[in-house]
Formats: sequence, C-alpha cells, structure tokens
Amino acid sequence: MNDTWNQLVAVLPPIFVCLAVIVVMAAIAYKRSHASAAGITMVGLNLALVSLLAVLTVTPIQVTPLFVIDDYAVFFWAVILVAALATCTYAGAYFKGLDDNREEFYLLVASSVLGAMALVASRHFASLFMGLELLSVPLYGMIAYTYRERQSLEAGFKYMVLSGAASSFLLFGMALLYAASGHLDYEGLAAAAQLGGAGHAWVLMGLGMILVALTFKLSLVPFHVWTPDVYEGAPAPVSTFLATVSKTAVFALLMRFFFLSPVAQDGWLLTLLGVIAFLSMFAGNLLALRQTNIKRLLGYSSIAHIGYLLTAIVAGIPLSIEATGVYLATYVGTTLGAFGVVSLVSSPFAGRDAAHMDHYRGLYWKRPVLAVSMAIMMLSLAGIPLTMGFIGKFYILSVAVAAGLWWLVAGIIIGSGIGLFYYLRVMALLFMERPTDAREPSAAGFGQTAGTVVIWLLAAVTIIVGIYPTWLIDIVGASSIAGIG
Amino acid sequence: MLLCWLLFIPFVGGALCWLVGRGNSEGAAPRWIAFATMALVFIPALWLWATGDFSLAGLGGHTPHWQREISVPWIPAFGIDFHLAIDGLSVIMVLLASLLGMLAVACSWSQVRERVGTFHMNLMWTLGGVIGIFLAIDLFLYFFFWELMLIPMYFLIALWGHGEFDRSSHVRAAVKFFIYTQASGLLMLASIIGVVFVHYAQTGTLTFDYNALLNTQLGGAFGMVLMLGFFVAFAVKLPAVPFHGWLADAQANSPSSGAVDLSGILVKTAAYGFLRLALPLFPESSAAFAPIAMALGVISIYYGAVMAFAQTDMKRLISYSSISHMGFVLVGLYAGTLLSLQGVMIQVVASAVSTAALFILAGQLYERMGTRDMRQLGGLFGRLGALPGFALIFVVASLGMPATANFVGEFLILFGAFGAWPWVVVIASGGMILAAVYALYLMHRVYWGTPSGEDTIARMSAREYTIMMTLVVVTLIVGLFPQTVLSVSQTTMTEVSHWFATGLAASSAS
Repeated sequence: MNDTWNQLVAVLPPIFVCLAVIVVMAAIAYKRSHASAAGITMVGLNLALVSLLAVLTVTPIQVTPLFVIDDYAVFFWAVILVAALATCTYAGAYFKGLDDNREEFYLLVASSVLGAMALVASRHFASLFMGLELLSVPLYGMIAYTYRERQSLEAGFKYMVLSGAASSFLLFGMALLYAASGHLDYEGLAAAAQLGGAGHAWVLMGLGMILVALTFKLSLVPFHVWTPDVYEGAPAPVSTFLATVSKTAVFALLMRFFFLSPVAQDGWLLTLLGVIAFLSMFAGNLLALRQTNIKRLLGYSSIAHIGYLLTAIVAGIPLSIEATGVYLATYVGTTLGAFGVVSLVSSPFAGRDAAHMDHYRGLYWKRPVLAVSMAIMMLSLAGIPLTMGFIGKFYILSVAVAAGLWWLVAGIIIGSGIGLFYYLRVMALLFMERPTDAREPSAAGFGQTAGTVVIWLLAAVTIIVGIYPTWLIDIVGASSIAGIG
Repeated sequence: MLLCWLLFIPFVGGALCWLVGRGNSEGAAPRWIAFATMALVFIPALWLWATGDFSLAGLGGHTPHWQREISVPWIPAFGIDFHLAIDGLSVIMVLLASLLGMLAVACSWSQVRERVGTFHMNLMWTLGGVIGIFLAIDLFLYFFFWELMLIPMYFLIALWGHGEFDRSSHVRAAVKFFIYTQASGLLMLASIIGVVFVHYAQTGTLTFDYNALLNTQLGGAFGMVLMLGFFVAFAVKLPAVPFHGWLADAQANSPSSGAVDLSGILVKTAAYGFLRLALPLFPESSAAFAPIAMALGVISIYYGAVMAFAQTDMKRLISYSSISHMGFVLVGLYAGTLLSLQGVMIQVVASAVSTAALFILAGQLYERMGTRDMRQLGGLFGRLGALPGFALIFVVASLGMPATANFVGEFLILFGAFGAWPWVVVIASGGMILAAVYALYLMHRVYWGTPSGEDTIARMSAREYTIMMTLVVVTLIVGLFPQTVLSVSQTTMTEVSHWFATGLAASSAS
C-alpha cells in the first residue's frame, strides 16, 4: 500500500484517543452519565491499545516532519495506555462519591494521554512542545478536580504556576538552540551543532534550559519541591496518572533526545545529569523517611526512582535503552498498583483521601487482596527479588557497572538501603492489628470490584515478571529507537 | 530431578500449609504438613549423603565436581540459567537445614497459636530460600534466593515475634534485620555484576554461571573491591564485628522457631557463601585480605564472648555467643588450609546445633516461667525435670568440651591455622576461656543458686524430650565420629584450599 495509508495506520492509536475525546464531549452535551463517559473513554483507550498491533506492521515510519513512530514509541504508547486505563478504572470507583460534574474528568484524561503519546513519538521541538503542553494543561484541571477541597485546589494552582514557568524555560531553550543551529529536529540539530565550535556555549545553555523544564516534569532534584504537595493534594487517581503517564512520557522523550542528538553527549552535561541523579536518589529517599502520608511517601519515592533511572542516560551505552524500557515498565506497573490501593481505600470520594498511614494499619484484616497487593508493590518498589522491581533494579545496576559509574552504583545501593526502611514500614503496618476507629473502606459497587481486579492483575504481573522476566526483556529488546539500529 | 524436588518441596508445602490453615487458624494440620515437608527434604538428602561418591576422583583444574546438576535457561539475554548442583558441602548444608527445619516446626508446636497456617508458610518459604542458596550455582539465582529468604523471615519476626521491650520492638528488630541484610546484599549484587562484566570483557561471553566465572582473572585493586562486596554481604550475615548490630535484636525478638532458623540456618548461609563464592572466586584478593579478615574474626571471638557475659536476657546471651563462634569460623576460612576449612565445616554444623538447642531450651523455659531475664531466674535445677540437664549438655558443648562437635570444630580450625598464623591462633585460643566464663555464667544464673520455690514446674513433654534428644545425638555423633562429616566435605574443601593456596602464592609474588 502507499505511504499515506501506512502513515494513517501508524497514527491509528492517537486517532482512537481523539475520537474518544470527541465522543465523550458529545455524550456529555446530550446527557450526563458517569458510567457512559467512563465507558466510552475505556473503549477508546482499549481500541488504541489493540491498534498498536496494526501499527507494528508499519514501523518504523516518519509521519510528517514532526513525528517518528518506531517500536520504541509503540512500546511506550502501550505503557501509557495501560496506565491510563488503570487510572480510569480507579477514577470510576473514586468519583462515584463526588457530588459534582464527574464526566469531564475522562475528557481531561484522554486529552492528556494524547499529549503523552505525541511526546513519546516526537522528533522535532514543535511536537515536543505541543505534546508537553497537551500533557500538562489537562493535568491542571485534573489535579484541581475536587476543587472544593482546599488542598486539591492549592495543588492545582501550584502545579500550574510552576509548570508554566518550566514551559517558558523550555521555549527559551529551544529558541537558543534554533539560534545556534537553525534546526528544530533533533537529528538536524545535532549535525548542525557539531559543525562549528563557535556557538557551543549557546547550545549548552539552550540544552540546559530544556533540561530544567524536563527535570521539573520528572521532579528531579533541585526541581522536586512541588512533588509531595501536588501528589498529596490531587485526587488519588490523578496522583496515579501523574506518577506514571506523565513521567513515562517525559522520560521516554528525554532518552530519545539524548540518543538521537549526539550534541547531548557532552561530558560536562552528562556529569551534571549524574549529579542530579545522585542527589535525587538521596533527597527522595531521605525525605520519604519521615512521611506519614502514603501519597507524599510515594511522591518522594518516585523522585528517587527517576533518579535511579537517570543513571541509564548518564551511562549512555546501548544497554541503556533496554534498561530504560524495562525499568519504566516495572516502575509504572508497581506504581499503578500502589496508588491504586490508595485510590480504592479512599473510594468513594468523601473529602480528603484516606492517605494517612493509620488508614492502612491492619488493612489485611479488612481487605486482604488489597493489603497483600500493596505489600507486593512495596517489595517491588524496594527492588526485592521475586518482584519485577528487582528486574528493573538489576538492569540499572548492570548499566551502571558496565559503564563504570561506581559513584552512581554506590548511590543506588545506599539509596535502596534507605528506601527499604519506609517501604517496610508501610508493609508491616498492613498486617498489624486494626484500630477500631479506622475509616472502613467500602468494598461494595462495580467500580470497587473492577479496581480490585486491576490491582490483583498488577500484583500477578509483578510476581510473574519477577520470576520469569524473559518475555518482558524480549519485548523491550525489540523496541529500538529508529535511526540508531 | 531430585534437586528440583529438594528445592520446590518447601515452597509447595508452605503453600499447602497456608491453604489448609486458611479456614481454621488454630488447627494442627499445617504443623503436620510442615513437618512432613521437611521430612521429605531430609530423607532424600540423607539418601544423597549415604549413596554419594565423595571421593577425590580426578581432582585438579579449576572446575568443581558436582554430584548432580540440572540446568535450564532462564533469562537468556544475560546468560542466566536456572542452574542447580550439589556436592558434599551442599549435601551437608541441606541436611542441616532440613533437620533444623523439622525441629523448628516441632518446637513451635505449642508456642505459636495464632495464624498457624501463615506462620508455617513463612517458615517453609524461609527454609526453601535457604535450600535454594545451597543448591544454586548460577550467581543470579543464588542472589535471588539470598534475598528471597529475607521476606518470610521478616514476617516471622514482625508478626509472630514477641516484643522484648514494648509492643512494637519486634517490628523494629525485623526492619533492622531486613535493612542490614538487604543493603549488604545489594553490594553483593553489584559485585556479582562486576565479576560478570569482567568475565565478559575477558572472554566475550555473558554468563552468570559459577563454573565459568571461576576462570575469571580477578586480581589487583579492582578484584579487591569486588571481593569486598561479597565479604561485607557475608560478614553481615555471619555476623562478624562490626556488622553484627542486627543479630541480637532479631533473635531476642523473634519467636523461638524463628530464632532457631536464624542462628541455625540463615546465619550459616554466610559461611557457605564464603566457602562457595568469596574464596574460590577471589583467591588472590582473599589471600591478600586474610590478615584483616582474621583480625575481624579474633575481635568477633572476644567481642561476642564479652558481650554475652554482659547480657541479662538469655536469648541475647546465646546470640552473642554465636557471634563468638562465628569468629572462629572467620579465622578458619581465611587460614585457608584443608584442615582449617574442614574445621569450619564442623564448626558450622556444631554451632548450628548447639545454638539452636539453647534457643529451643530458652523458648521452653520462657513458656514455663514467662521470662527470659536471668536476674529473675535461678535455682531451677531439679525443678524442671530433664530440661536443666539438657541445658548443661549444650552449654558445655557451646564452650567446646571434648566429645562434642564444637570441640572438634574449634580444634581443627586452630590446628589448621597454626602453621601460617601462630599468633592469631594463640590469641584466639584465649577466647575459649571467655567462652567457658559466659557459658557457666548462664548455667549458674538460671539453674543454680537459691531456688525461689520447692514445687516442680511442668516437666518436659515427650515432644520436647525428643527434640532435645535428637540434637544431643547429632552433637555427639559429629563430636565422636567427625569423619562422617569430614569425608563428605573433603572434595570441596580440598578444591577450595587448593585455589586459596594458588591465590596466596600469587598475592605474595606480586
């Protein structure tokens, strides 16, 4: 078939998501129904997920100068879609209790997913900026969705202001790079920037500004301060989304950017990234130690995890791409599970989320499936064998050792050691005696059942991948970035 | 096939315990299943021990001799196999693990009364992980089991432990135990990956297979760093000073059967790790490191003994005494002669048995008296039936009295090390005097002295009696006929000492 047709097939998944957005909007205009809004979104996301198989037959392919759809993009699309589906499932149970318009939430989720997908497939600064904004702007609305809660509104504002500032940094950085090289696509930029040494300082400065924006989105030190507040204030399903979809998309982009444009293979810049990674591991883990709120704790722990992951970029060896894929997949699966438990325990919505540790004391005696899943997720986040978190950690350690980055190896080991402390604290809590005055989670309703099934599946996958990781490794191994073999 | 059987039986048995115990949280069925599970491991291991050919056939070269081997590809991308194998050393360790496993089930019979099914699942899975360590010879698989056994052990301490000081001290102890061992384990993982990549750089094949990695040339400063990764992981588990902080807390707070597991088996995985990994993989660096390791061993001997003397809690005293015993093991390991390594083997078995026995006795005493504080006990001899008698036997075993296994172990270690390290041996021998002091102190405070009453407290039940009798028999058999153990481990130990001697020559040449 001709090229246009292939390109159309390649963008089938985003088209399905777009359709979901439009249909949900029309459905809301016709008649408000929480169930149908959630249902339509889920169908759209599922169709997008299935159509990835069709996309695989035409990859790698360039669609307009803005996007390249290769196996790498398809893999991360799959991760993003799965995470979005889980978010919608949790939201179904969570927003049942919200006494307000509930339907627009799914609109926002689908739009944000669209942005994330654009970001992953971008090969040009225009699509990068467009994707990043499309990802972030709906998030403002999602974070402040339960705006009658002061915390939620505050978190939304905080994220909006800081995110806006980060975007302006991004734009300025792009402008500087364009001024120095005259190109906006990553590859052209690299070729042009290598030619003359005169503009080197401008290139470095531009890259630095872009890094500021991206590290903000990834909440790496020193741009991590917003994370715990936003995670705590946002409704639990939104925190799930924030910790998974948003981070995956931005990190996948960062990886592609660094591998496609050798301009980023600058020793000075890589050392800086290494320092950021090192500090993130420590700051994230140390700050998490004294938290009593699970959402804040998971927020800090996500800082540390992205710090570990950044090691792969600093190492810059071929194994890095595979390590990133495996680590992000395991991290997303685990985080979805952990936040999912928080969402379900807080469902249906009734004021502040049940995120304080006390709500989880003795959860095992009330909701054994949730508690056991949570324990598995904690072990996986801590990177204990038998869970997929260990496979991710193994990859990152391998990359760090293979590249001879011993100081980062030390950081990972010490960071994990500290991390164990708070993961175990949560885990032990789950099996203690249940206090009599605890808020009892309601297990009734279709939404709760669906959410529990999702969490149960995630727990099963965590264990299965932990025992037999070969299939995940094979899939990731096949997901190479187009242009670098 | 048999190896898979040994490995999977505990996991399957554990799951069964949980299933059976789910509906009825106080029934005895899980106990029987758990006991049968361990017996099903013990009997084949015994058969392997009896029928195996452990002669020194075809010794030499740098490949170990396995009795049985099984290998299935697991993660081909990294050259990781599901690779199990067994030799004399592993047979002894598996036997020990399953024997103590049976006793742990038996001694928890009347002590654990709630969530019986889950308790036994954790117990079985801990033991499964330990047996996995003894059988795995793929380094990734080894590490997998190394960490795997921690999780159920953590739950045993955190959920069934009795708080020593307040309601949550056992949780703190469990966390401490986990962090110590897990963090040091990661260090080992980094070292394992380091060894694998060095091997990759030298030969071009990416593999985690032990047999292949033995041929890696790991000298110089880099080899030393990697060796230290292994050393720290094992020294934490052993534990040797200064990595011992977790042991006393973990043991004082764990349920009796948990403590038996900890000191009897978990801790012994460290000695196994030294013999299997640290010394053979890094003969040169180990030889160069020997003076420091020996110094740590001697410090552990003294530190453990002195600390044991200062304790008022019986369980803490015993766990410090186990640190002291492990000091001898460290000295024996790094002396590296055939004789001292054989001594290490005996000492490991002996210390496992005697420490486990003392823990079980402490548990039984606690059941009767409601306290383990030695200041509140005294004059119990004659009031508890046979219990103080058994205590006397194991106390003197623990101080290394001839006819007990401990004597043979310590004697062989010191004798084997004397040739190269006379002064270390002289100093270490002094530790045996301190051992006598704390052991007799324990005996004196608890069983002698003025009795607080005349009446007889509950005598030992038939079950308790059988447990103790079994342990006495094992101690005496190993003590009087050490050749039963020595002949089995001889091949392995000869290989290890041979490699160590090569390393010694290489390190003194450079």
